[in-house]
This record gives sequence, structure tokens and C-alpha cells, in this order.
Amino acid sequence: MANEVVFADAYERDLTKLAEYEATGGYAALAKARTMGPQAVIDEVSASELRGRGGAFFPTGRKWAFIPKPDQNPNPHYLVVNADESEPGSFKDNEIMARVPHRFIEGCLITAHAVEAKWVFVYIRGEYTRPYEVLVAALEELKGREDILDGVTIVLHRGAGAYICGEETALLESLEGKRGQPRTKPPFPAVEGLYRSPTVVNNVETMATIPPIIDIGGAEYAKLGVPDSRGTRVVSISGHVKRPGNYEIENGTSVRSLIYDLGGGITEDRELKAVIPGGSSTVILRYDEIDVGYDFNSLLALKTAMGSAGVVVLDDRCCMVQLGIRISEFYEHESCGKCTPCREGTRWMTQILRRLEAGDAEQHELDLLLDVCDRINGKCLCPLGETAAIAVASYVDKFRGEFQQHVDEGGCPFGESSPLHNVLAPVAMHTHSPVAVVPA
Amino acid sequence: MSELYTEVQRLKDSYPDWHSAMLPALRLAHEKHGYLSPDALRECADALGTTPAVCEAVASFYDMLHLKPIGRHMVEVCTNVSCALVGAQQVLERFEQELDISAGETTPDGEVTLRPIECLGGCGWATIVSVDHHYRTHVKPEDVSRIVQELRNGE
Repeated sequence: MANEVVFADAYERDLTKLAEYEATGGYAALAKARTMGPQAVIDEVSASELRGRGGAFFPTGRKWAFIPKPDQNPNPHYLVVNADESEPGSFKDNEIMARVPHRFIEGCLITAHAVEAKWVFVYIRGEYTRPYEVLVAALEELKGREDILDGVTIVLHRGAGAYICGEETALLESLEGKRGQPRTKPPFPAVEGLYRSPTVVNNVETMATIPPIIDIGGAEYAKLGVPDSRGTRVVSISGHVKRPGNYEIENGTSVRSLIYDLGGGITEDRELKAVIPGGSSTVILRYDEIDVGYDFNSLLALKTAMGSAGVVVLDDRCCMVQLGIRISEFYEHESCGKCTPCREGTRWMTQILRRLEAGDAEQHELDLLLDVCDRINGKCLCPLGETAAIAVASYVDKFRGEFQQHVDEGGCPFGESSPLHNVLAPVAMHTHSPVAVVPA
Repeated sequence: MSELYTEVQRLKDSYPDWHSAMLPALRLAHEKHGYLSPDALRECADALGTTPAVCEAVASFYDMLHLKPIGRHMVEVCTNVSCALVGAQQVLERFEQELDISAGETTPDGEVTLRPIECLGGCGWATIVSVDHHYRTHVKPEDVSRIVQELRNGE
């Protein structure tokens, strides 16, 4: 972790304090950006090759460039920050806001300057009490500092518990005081976002990366990392590792190194079974697939992704059917209900997986599971159901033998010895009539 | 004019469009009434200048907004994958024993509601238990009786 960018100086000093942050050169990048024109700031960020840290990995500079110029669209521009981190396995934005709130705010103000916005809305997940309080205190310290704020209003907007509001158009709906259901795209937020005005939606980590980029220059930042995945990434490592936590790595670091060097290896020195590389929405990696760089291209070659950088490590006691149940139950609970394939499909997935686990499933139901997954893919407005389907299908794909064993042996070979056995999920608290599985 | 009404006017003024004050207003009404009772929804709607039905339609979407009474304290145990891997289910079961209720229920004295919750974004500090929306980290089953005692003592 020699090249910390987002967390630079954050382990040595208390950067939640404005004075401490300014003592490390904080808000100098903002002053520098304001001497540059908005376009020059966008060019600098484009030169850094920074790509969005929320999960979609879209080039940040290009996203900003989509915002129409004031003469093309008279509506005010808005910057909306997606601080609704809710992806199972990811907890990086939580720590970024709590540890470097001023670097995050500085990034927001530089971005507001680049896209010519006078309003910044930080949509922070409702459950995140501590990061919210840290940001409130940081903004309190900035009161009266017009040299920093320069007429920009920053609003902290708290969510109220809904994973789907991390999807940018659902977030905008929620911010407009509605149920958080995704919109059809196009129009994209850059054209018609908040209040039907041009809007940039960026992730917390992306914002916290902007000041260092402006400070050292885009070209210098792009020297870190590997092609198509420049710079650093804050990776959340959890599950069966000895030292779970957030680690800022250079993109391209091997997954093996994340687990065994940073994470300290598998708890109780057990055997590694699988790794979820980028939050619950990503294709799982088997124990023999970890000699791969943690970067866009290397993971794409294995049909998976960095996603929101939530690395979840599973040891050899874990049952993949049980994992499928818990993941499927999560998406079933969080489906907003707007698109039928997602609303019904995730429920079907859970039911079939439960039958497999209980030993009630017949051979054809394994194919039915994959068929249901296939019927969700590409048929919804947003990626929620799709990612559930892709993730669960990947468990079947990579551990087919284990799923087959559940059918052949009429039950789970792991049972109670797996830590994912009989975990009570919130969706199980809701009463609804069971869906009958169609016989062959 | 109630305090809530005044506060909601301030919220409406803090956004370019008053509709954005909906969630913060619902959160305020929730806090004041303990849950979003019919009275709470009416008061919230009056302050916003909309109808209780609109407020309820929005509120029913969100997990933190309750339309039925809940306990004075809320204990939420994350049972998503990362927490489950290190024993969240055992933590949840210990709470059930200590409180003598099942997950999803409220103690008969109306003090504590217990429920499992989806990923709270603290996977590296598992098991996460949110007590009145403040996170307890690295919770083990043996920590549960102390947490319950603290709640009962009003700490």
C-alpha cells in the first residue's frame, strides 16, 4: 500500500478535521482547479483514465463531457453523489466518508466546477449513521469558508433502506421524493437527470480520487495501475480471511495477493474454496482462478468484474447451494418489483435452490434454475435481477458437481457444517404464498 | 403549528424542488411518532402539502420506514453473506434467546424489536448489529447479553 491516493495521510493524521486536512495540502487542488477552466479540469480527469468506482467502471471524464453546455440546455446542472453503498461485500465508501470526508467534499467541489453545477446532492444510505455524522461535522467546519464553497450548496440526503437506490436512476427517483424504481434509459441522467436537468451521478470513491488527480496531474495518476485500469482502488476484503478490512491497492494486484498478503490468508488456515471478486453481483472465482490481476481486463477474461470491489472469501466448508440461496434471497428482497422477470424470477430462483438444498429437487429443476436465470437476463430496466441471475448461474457453472450431488444424494452434503446453513434472511420474514415449481 | 410542520418547511426550502423533502420529512415523522402511524402520515402530508396516500405509497417502499408499530429500540442483525460466514445466524439466535422472542417480533413490553437485515456495509467488521441505527462491530454470541442489558438499562 505504498501508493495511497484516496487514503493518503489518513492513517497518520485525523483528516476528519479541516485544519489537519488543510495542513496536508487539502483544498489546494480545488484552488488549482478553479484557476483552470471547467473544460481543462475535464481534460485532466480524462487524461488520468479514471473510471467510475461505483461498479460500472465508466470513464469519469467522458461522463462529465456528456453534460450539455449551458447554451445547449438552459436548465441548471446538478452533481449527485451516489453514497448509497449497499452491495453485499462492499464497505469502502463507508470508510472513505468516515476517514477522509474533506477529500471527498473537495472532489465534489472540483467536479461541481467541472460540470458547472451549483448544487451537490450526496445521497447517503439511510443506515450509515456514522459517515453521515462525520460529513455533517465536516460541512459544519466549512460554514463561512466561501473561499472553499464558492456559492456551491452541498445537501446531505439520507436514504431510507433500499438497495435499488444505488442504481442511478432509482436514486434520482428517490431523491425526487418517490419510490426508488429505476427509469427507462435513454434519456440518460447527463441529459435528463434530477428534476429533468443535466445531472452527473458519481460514486464516493470516484469523488475522493479527483483531488489527488488534479494535484499530481492526470498523466502522473495514470502511471499507477495497468492499461484500462489506472490508479488505485479501495478494495473491501471480508469473509474467511484473517485480516478483513479495506485496503487501497494499485489496480492489477493479483487476487491471490489480496487474499493471502493483505487478507493474511484463510481463517484457521483452512483451504480456499471460492472468491466473490466484486460484490455479490459478480461471477464467482474458484480456488484455482485466483492467479489473476485485480483489474478490468484480467477479470473480464474470466467473465467477471471488479464491480464495487467487495472481495468475499469462502473456505472449503461452504456449500454453494446455500450461498446461492442467500444471494438469491437478497435480490428477491431488494427487487423493486417494476419488471416482472426480476420480481418473479428471483423468487423462483430462491424456491428452486431451497428445493435443491432440502433434497426435494428433481434433475430437471437444475436446468429449470438456469432457464429462469436466462429468462431474467437482458429483460429488465436495470441490472438488479440480471446480476442475481449471473451470480447464481456462475455458482452452478463452476460447482456443477456440487449441485448435482444435491440432486443425486437427495440433500446437502455439507449441512450444518457449512456456515451458510439455515441463515435467516429478511425476505423470509415476509409472508407470501409459495410458487409451485412446474413439473416436467 | 407543530414543530414537525416548521421543520418540514425548512426542509422544503433546502431543495430546489419541495418534493425532495419527502424522505427527510417521513424520517422526521417516523422519529416523532415511533412509526408511521395514520396520524404520523397525516401530519407529514399536511406539512408537505400533499396527501397521506402519497406519503404512504412512498414510505411502503423503504425498509427503514415502518407502517406498523415497532419497539422503542430496534436491533438489526446483518445476515448477509460476509456476516453469515463468521456466525451471524448464531448471533441472531442468541438475541432471540436473550429477548425471548423470534426474529421479526417485538418484546411484550414494547421495548425491543429484533430482525435480520440485509448487508449493512460493514462486512470487514462482521458480525454487524445495528442497535437503534448505530453499528456494533465484531459482535459474537457471547456479546449479546451485554448489549441486551445495556438496552434494558436505557444506555
